[in-house]
Amino acid sequence: MILGRRRAMTNYALLSFFSFIAIAPVVSITLLALRDPAISGTSLTLTGGLHPENLVRAWVAAGFEHSMRSSVIVAISVVVASSVLSVIAGYAFGLVRFGGSSVLYYALLLGLMLPQEATIIPLFYGLNAIALTDTYWALILPQVAQSIPFGVFWMRAFFRSVPTELIDAARIDGAGTWAILWRVLAPIARPAITSMVLLFFVWAWNDFLLALVLVSDEQLRTAPVGLTFFRGRYNTEWTLLAAGSLIVALPVVVIYLFMQRHFIRGVLEGALK
Amino acid sequence: MIRRSIGRSRLLPYLLVLPGWLPYALFVLVPLAATVGFSFTRWNGVSSPRWVGVENYLSLLGQPVLRDGLSHALLLVVFFSFLPITIGLLLASVLSTARLRGVALFQTALFLPQVIASVVVAMVWRWIYSPGGPLTVILRDAGLEALAHGWLGDFDLALPAVGLVGTWVSTGLTLLLFLAGIARIPSELYDAARVDGASAVREFFSITLPLLRPEIAVALVLTMIRSLRTFDLVYNMTQGGPGTATVVPAYEIYRRAFLTGDVGMAAALAVGLTAFILVISLITLRLVER
Repeated sequence: MILGRRRAMTNYALLSFFSFIAIAPVVSITLLALRDPAISGTSLTLTGGLHPENLVRAWVAAGFEHSMRSSVIVAISVVVASSVLSVIAGYAFGLVRFGGSSVLYYALLLGLMLPQEATIIPLFYGLNAIALTDTYWALILPQVAQSIPFGVFWMRAFFRSVPTELIDAARIDGAGTWAILWRVLAPIARPAITSMVLLFFVWAWNDFLLALVLVSDEQLRTAPVGLTFFRGRYNTEWTLLAAGSLIVALPVVVIYLFMQRHFIRGVLEGALK
Repeated sequence: MIRRSIGRSRLLPYLLVLPGWLPYALFVLVPLAATVGFSFTRWNGVSSPRWVGVENYLSLLGQPVLRDGLSHALLLVVFFSFLPITIGLLLASVLSTARLRGVALFQTALFLPQVIASVVVAMVWRWIYSPGGPLTVILRDAGLEALAHGWLGDFDLALPAVGLVGTWVSTGLTLLLFLAGIARIPSELYDAARVDGASAVREFFSITLPLLRPEIAVALVLTMIRSLRTFDLVYNMTQGGPGTATVVPAYEIYRRAFLTGDVGMAAALAVGLTAFILVISLITLRLVER
């Protein structure tokens, strides 16, 4: 149907306005991070040109050398482990019938709605009692456990959507349960798996509460918690704080910009299934 | 039955499910049960816990700081949930009949706040709200001198200021959810309504709103959970202050469990918060999906 030109203009104007509000704070903090380091205070003045070297100063001052390494180690471990476990379990829940499957599945679904506050207290005291706090395990294991409900839910929904003829055909060709998963289903599951992996990565990278509570060793601290402590020491040095913020946000934002279609689909469909 | 024919071995499905289920049970279900257990004790985190029955629950609502926390959390629901959903619906209804080009670009921008670490979001808004920061400059230029001071240090403005950050984060999400939902609605419905001379308002209430029910349910659940468990923003923007102006349940749980050695109360509060979130989510899904 043909849209009135005025109506189209209004639509674009509205979308532009809200898009502007969404990105303006992000763009401003980026500019703040790059302003002339001689300027202090909160004003965003770019008269001194752009200074990417601020990022290096923030990197050194905030000790990102350690916290970024922790973040990378934790995020990659969490993403790999959660993805593999979710695909395998989602396959079983989606396509294999077995006793107790619905009880096991609904128990997992409970995890979709639980706030981290429901588990954080015993996680700390329990892991502390077995000397696992202040290790990467303290960050990796709970995060894997918290990612699995969504992963299983997501992969199960995908496997259920696969036409049964495909599986029948593979079975007639003599493929076993394992072969069906890896040779027949995994290739067509790629888009679904990609969305899930991206979500897992963003959650793992941005997690704050677990990293704040379960790790106090500066060497193991993740980047978001590192940024919090950095703020504590450089309370009003806005250029450095903005540069530190940029460093913490950048890996996720870059991946998002390249893979946004997969990512948005994951969130929207994941929410609706 | 295809589903049955896949697993030849009886053991195999359990072997497939177990590796994922085990960490979930150990690091989610067991701690959940332990939180409930802790909530019946008085414990400072060091000495041995003392069983006190339901005492913690009885005193939960007797404490002014917790009552405040609850009312703060409910105010945050307005900012994190109702505002984004209302704005999202209004916008989506304006856009509903449009088949716009170049939406992908807007999508990328609108969704951006979702992927930024909450610590960074908090930092950005601390700067925006700071005395002399961008917001005070804008307000001063607009002649609103009375409001042009650091919002996060103001007893009345600190909580709405944190709430507005939630509005900023969630609006893009609700709008995209609703736009995706509207794209699903057959355009013939709108054409027919227009042929019948229905007004835009009528169109919204008799087509858009009822057909968007699943999306609205999801948006409500997602954003309400987000607002009720607000922790990162409060921790990084205000630490509950000034005074107790921005104390919320999740922050109080953290403070009591790990800073002041009041683990039993913290656990009771955590159980209460979790139950509240579960009940609200289930009711919302029921009501709207029917």
